[in-house]
Amino acid sequence: MRLDCPHCGKRDRREFTYRGDALALLRPDPGAEAAAWDDYLHNRDNPAGLTRELWYHDPCGTWAVVERDTLTHHVAGSQAAAEADR
Amino acid sequence: MVDLVAKSPCDGLLPVSHGAAMLDEVLPEAITSVALLGGSDADATKALADALGLGFPATNRFEGSDGVKIVSIGPGKAFVLGRPVAIDGAACTDQSDAWAVMALEGGDARAVLARLCPADLRDGEFDVGHAAQTLLGHMTCTMIRTGAERYEILVFRSMAQTAVHELERAMRSVAALG
Repeated sequence: MRLDCPHCGKRDRREFTYRGDALALLRPDPGAEAAAWDDYLHNRDNPAGLTRELWYHDPCGTWAVVERDTLTHHVAGSQAAAEADR
Repeated sequence: MVDLVAKSPCDGLLPVSHGAAMLDEVLPEAITSVALLGGSDADATKALADALGLGFPATNRFEGSDGVKIVSIGPGKAFVLGRPVAIDGAACTDQSDAWAVMALEGGDARAVLARLCPADLRDGEFDVGHAAQTLLGHMTCTMIRTGAERYEILVFRSMAQTAVHELERAMRSVAALG
């Protein structure tokens, strides 16, 4: 599997470290209700299909939001986490 | 008075040669990490050009030749090899003693690297003047292509012996193919 590093381009999966769902970027407001924090910390969907995930490109130090299909491993695209919606 | 002896990172390990590949140590006079403040800075880029006669390298590229090189190592970051540099508008850190620099040369050089590095090193994908942040075995490395059959590789100094071991084993394997 190859992933798109927003800086370096297409690279082998071995160069990356997986972080998890890109939901991690959507940090609730500090004053948000407990339910929102519970959701943010613990609850994840497990979709059969397109997901948005955080991957770290170890050699260049870029965090990427990668769109990946969990059924086919097709990578639809990526963008720098620094520029992603949050 | 203690008499200290300066040792290079690959002291006693290189050069080695197997088949059509030769691995030797490269000793740049200095290695400086240059990180543009805020990721980009026109003044710093100009100061760099004034100091070195080289522009800030494009992504996945390096500029310069034997004397002084500037190598892209990440967003807004570069290594200057060969001459100390300090400019405003960028965080410049002396890393001269932190890296082992090796040159792999010869007709089998790419076949050797293909055994250790997952990046696409074919012509058209990784040409002379290109640079990549990638892996050498399990180590992150900076790799640049300085000639049709010549590559320079930077790894952490603490990993020098492992890097030489891994590269030499790959060189032996490729040479054994004849």
